[in-house]
Amino acid sequence: MGRTLFEKIWEEHVVASPDGEPTLIYIDLHLVHEVTSPQAFDGLRLNGRTVRRPDRTLATADHNVPTDPISTPVKDPVSRRQLEALEANCHEFGITVFPRGHENQGIVHVIGPELGVTQPGMTIVCGDSHTSTHGALGALAFGIGTSEVEHVLATQTLPQQRARTMAVIVNGQAPADVSAKDIVLAIVAELGTGGGAGYVIEYRGEAITALSMEGRMTICNMSIEAGARAGLVAVDETTIDYLRGRPGVPEGDEFEVLADRWRSYVSDADAEFDAELTIDASQLVPFITWGTNPAQVVALSGVVPSPDEYDDPDAKGTTERSLAYMGLAPGTLVRDIPVDVVFIGSCTNSRIEDLRAAAAVASGNRVAEGVRALVVPGSHRVKKQAEEEGLDQIFLDAGFEWREPGCSMCLGMNPDQLKMGQRSASTSNRNFEGRQGRGGRTHLVSPVVAAATAIKGRFATPDEVGS
Amino acid sequence: MKPVRILEGHAVPLERSDVDTDQIIPSDWLKRVERTGFGRGLFSEWRDDPTFVLNDQSYVGASILIAGPRFGTGSSREHAVWALMDYGFVAVIAPSFGDIFRHNSSKQGLVIVQLPQEDVDQLTQLVKDEPTRLVVVDVEHLRVEVPETGWQRSFDLDPMTRERLLNGWDDIGLTMRRESAITRYEATSHAPTLAGVFDEDGHTG
Repeated sequence: MGRTLFEKIWEEHVVASPDGEPTLIYIDLHLVHEVTSPQAFDGLRLNGRTVRRPDRTLATADHNVPTDPISTPVKDPVSRRQLEALEANCHEFGITVFPRGHENQGIVHVIGPELGVTQPGMTIVCGDSHTSTHGALGALAFGIGTSEVEHVLATQTLPQQRARTMAVIVNGQAPADVSAKDIVLAIVAELGTGGGAGYVIEYRGEAITALSMEGRMTICNMSIEAGARAGLVAVDETTIDYLRGRPGVPEGDEFEVLADRWRSYVSDADAEFDAELTIDASQLVPFITWGTNPAQVVALSGVVPSPDEYDDPDAKGTTERSLAYMGLAPGTLVRDIPVDVVFIGSCTNSRIEDLRAAAAVASGNRVAEGVRALVVPGSHRVKKQAEEEGLDQIFLDAGFEWREPGCSMCLGMNPDQLKMGQRSASTSNRNFEGRQGRGGRTHLVSPVVAAATAIKGRFATPDEVGS
Repeated sequence: MKPVRILEGHAVPLERSDVDTDQIIPSDWLKRVERTGFGRGLFSEWRDDPTFVLNDQSYVGASILIAGPRFGTGSSREHAVWALMDYGFVAVIAPSFGDIFRHNSSKQGLVIVQLPQEDVDQLTQLVKDEPTRLVVVDVEHLRVEVPETGWQRSFDLDPMTRERLLNGWDDIGLTMRRESAITRYEATSHAPTLAGVFDEDGHTG
């Protein structure tokens, strides 16, 4: 029987498989950021341990950095201390680090692929659950906690139970107004927040292979919202074309030799998955989350659901609590819900293609009165490219803020936060209670829906705004 | 990590599903570089609410948390485990858990007890009927019980996690026994490294 992509990568990375113990697997690339690493470095110091492979470890500041102009100091002393700790720890242990303002700095899941250090067939970990993003390049990538960060720093390995495999097959062609974000929201809604637990998902089918690398990253990014630690897309020419010429890959013949090896990182035709989910892309529409977990999804053309739609008392209770937190009444038309803030950014949707799509909607329009709209590029490289293409000017002319790279309003741990009761349209990945700031109400949407919503001041699709 | 064999204490039922790690410890708390002091941030968005169960005097001092399905989903933050333990919890009993949270818990010695929903419901009722009832989590025999009522259930833990809990083993120390296997693996690996990609200031050529 053939092997799945996951099985191929897993088997190539087995260091030891002792009886009755988890398999010890080798980690090719360890990405580090300021939030989940300081206690791990402390642990190393406490036990007199070193970093085994600084040449397989790369660090960047992202979660905590303000997105104000770089010349503005970090005002919050606790954040500043954490950012300084990252730099000091990396210097002490010999790790390459991109601090705030560095030309290569950005959200860890944006910079790995764009620098070409994320490569097919690799095992990649990071102390961040959205590490699944890198799976879009055919790498087995998953999030870990701080104890595991320390473990990888010290040993370059991790003891792991082998995951089960799930194929999520998105057949057919998605309608023109459906983006990668809508596809993944549909998948999360179908699987629920726990449906992918214990699985590595491989996204397959015509609608997945038709996506650009940016789109595939958006899909893999949200695997964890369905409970799966990792998502994968098989390598094809889109993957290889994306990597060609990036700083982390060789040039010329050496690249072509590497590319040939990468082409083997696909599931065999006769490989079997432990579970399968099939989705018909032609039936998809622009989606939005209405509640406080990412599986609470409705069509943008739809209405806010009612607790009465559920028989299960747990689902009914969850719906009631979500509606109360979100300040929404059942039956409200989604298009009638006004927003206070629009956030375009995050490791889900802050890449150049996301910004181009949003700018095309913003172009020639104005952000509605009373709405604050932020555009936060995922990295300095994305920002530079967008500025070369004139996207910054389109956003600024339309009344959007054009900010410095970072995780920004995806999570409320830097100055970009919702205020109590404010409602956002956000291209990020989590609509949890308080995620974007205490008492903030988050609706997850695609970049084009976010841009259209900023212009209308209420949830909207691009066809509602002229350009 | 300290060895964990038998835990006994009072329990408190959370009665909420999908409690993600952002709820357990909001991100504002993640700016700290220490590993201690997170207990004050536990469920901090809810702690001001006088009707929140942790503010109920009947449950003061409870050390076992009974939670709903999909507890600890979302962010990988180990701070969620540190917060629960710093507050005084030693075990969490729920129908299902987030994967990364489960891993993180096992590294810190927070015992994860997964039981079917109906068993969690029964236990919740026993505790609500009489909050002073002792609940016992026996890691050695993989059993949870309410001795006063005779209620008893078995639970699963993977054998290695159980051994590590019982012995208080340090994971990194265990892996370092495999040093020669790691070195052997590295000699055969063809995965590229970052060598030569960045100069010492992190710039590319």
